[in-house]
Amino acid sequence: MTFLKALPFAALVLAPSALLAERVVSIGGSVTEIVYALGEGDRLVARDTTSTFPVEAEALPDVGYVRQLSPEGVLSVAPDLILTEAGAGPIETMDLLRDAAIPMVEVAEGYTPEAVALKIATVADALGVPEKGADLAASVQAEIDAARAAIGSERPRVLFVLSLASGRVMAAGADTSAEAIIELAGGVNALDGYEGYKQISDEAVMAAAPDVVLMMDREGDHAAANADLMAHPAFAATPAAQNERIIRMDGLLLLGFGPRLGEAVSQLAADLHPGEG
Amino acid sequence: MVAMTDIGTASLGDRTRFARRTTVALTVLLAIVSVTSLFVGATGISPFAVVGALLAGEPVDTAARVVILDIRLPRLAMGALVGAALAVAGVVMQGLFRNPLADPGIVGVSAGAGLGAIMAIVLGGLLPPALGAALGYALVPVAAFVGGGISVILLYTVATKNGQTSVATMLLAGIALAALVGALSGVMVYMADDTQLRDLTFWGLGSLAGATWSKLLVAMPLMVLGIVGAPLLARSLDTLALGEVAARHMGIDIQRMKRIAVVIVAASVGAAVAVSGGIGFVGIVVPHLLRLLTGPAHGPLIINSALLGATILLLADMISRVIVAPAELPIGIIMALIGGPFFLWVLLKRRGFAGV
Repeated sequence: MTFLKALPFAALVLAPSALLAERVVSIGGSVTEIVYALGEGDRLVARDTTSTFPVEAEALPDVGYVRQLSPEGVLSVAPDLILTEAGAGPIETMDLLRDAAIPMVEVAEGYTPEAVALKIATVADALGVPEKGADLAASVQAEIDAARAAIGSERPRVLFVLSLASGRVMAAGADTSAEAIIELAGGVNALDGYEGYKQISDEAVMAAAPDVVLMMDREGDHAAANADLMAHPAFAATPAAQNERIIRMDGLLLLGFGPRLGEAVSQLAADLHPGEG
Repeated sequence: MVAMTDIGTASLGDRTRFARRTTVALTVLLAIVSVTSLFVGATGISPFAVVGALLAGEPVDTAARVVILDIRLPRLAMGALVGAALAVAGVVMQGLFRNPLADPGIVGVSAGAGLGAIMAIVLGGLLPPALGAALGYALVPVAAFVGGGISVILLYTVATKNGQTSVATMLLAGIALAALVGALSGVMVYMADDTQLRDLTFWGLGSLAGATWSKLLVAMPLMVLGIVGAPLLARSLDTLALGEVAARHMGIDIQRMKRIAVVIVAASVGAAVAVSGGIGFVGIVVPHLLRLLTGPAHGPLIINSALLGATILLLADMISRVIVAPAELPIGIIMALIGGPFFLWVLLKRRGFAGV
């Protein structure tokens, strides 16, 4: 029982409640990942629908979608601590859970290595294991630094395609998690001029002239999907299609901004800069 | 227009007595379902534990108190009121348009309320922070209610000329308005980010999960207004079934009745949609079932529809709470999933029976 060692220390940190939470509900994919990365996964009693990594998390009861939580559903697992990512809701549910005197800790969202370190520290403090948190944050930062040190001077233009449903391109603009990870991995977002994820025209894809197309990894035949993409009129003329540079990565790993950020940066950087390192 | 004029005097007596018995049966059923709903939920907490402790003056477990008094109880009240309001509004609209297919959506309340809610979800962040904070989670319901009200006033104004409201014009203008509202909603959907899209989708599926005492306090008077006001229209609606001209000859102030009907439906459905989102079907299925059972006379039809509407919504909400516990399945899905096939079965059975 690893957390027993941390007990005396936690008692100091969580002075008012003094007791270590034993029944934790984790709301939000990256929050759940952090709990497991801290080695505290056995203290979780429930998770939300977006918490799908690691696989152990999927065995926990699911209290619903992160923004559509049911108050009685959350109370039914008798939690003594609720960890939520920013924006968990609805507000009515959060208010009722506060009324029910369940301690709640909100973990601020952010798409930088510093924000991830802060998320880890918040979760670790709430769980009463700040030392483990410091270790984890340091190792994540070291992984990111190592991955970034290997990146050369080339800055490929990367287009992140969120979906290609019926041939319509939904791509990432400025201020998105996709843009943040592309820049961390030594690329440049091929799109600017709008914020968030938006459907864009075929001509805009051509004008963006991406060197690389980045997509989320889904079930199915990727060879065929890549052939479709290269035959797509919008992509056919881009350098990415001509050089067959299509990168697929697991969505939660790529965009989660959790404890696997180092792994994500290193994997994406290696794919973006194949000749280097 | 369809078979609502068959108030045969011979069968009237039998049906009136049967309708009265139905009212008693439905009241008992609603009472049973209401009490049951206090026992059903993901936590398995029993209201006895809380009530017993309260009566004995003992301290009550906080979580148990919140579950019974702040989650299940307001939800019971909200579900019953929303179900009754939607069903009663359905009866009034069907009587006014003399068409069993009319539902509250026909006067544009639902579409307008939907647009209001969508705008609040997508554009809510643009409000001055002070105003946004003051409204809090009331923002979406308030916007939905305002949206519903505006579209009803618009439709009523378009359809009224020289103090006469044409229900046919109202119907057609309603279709035009629905197209416009759909387009504006589309603009909002285009502007929305991913999380807002999820919120929009869930709002459209309907839920009683957000029922709180403060919301209930605001929405209750409006829904009660509709439920209590509708029976006053019963006689006029019965007469209107013979046609507008005949009703006018029989001394009914048709224009006044239309105005009251529109106000009642706008207030009660506006409030119901605002607090529960998109819950369909109650307004059509409930009155139709009762019309098959106890006949078209509006007096008993309105009362029985209120009772059955409340009962059905509470039953659906109980399923919604426990079927995927600890998560929750939106009630709109359950209503349509059960209501659709059931209604179809009733229609098929009736068709076979009548040999039409």
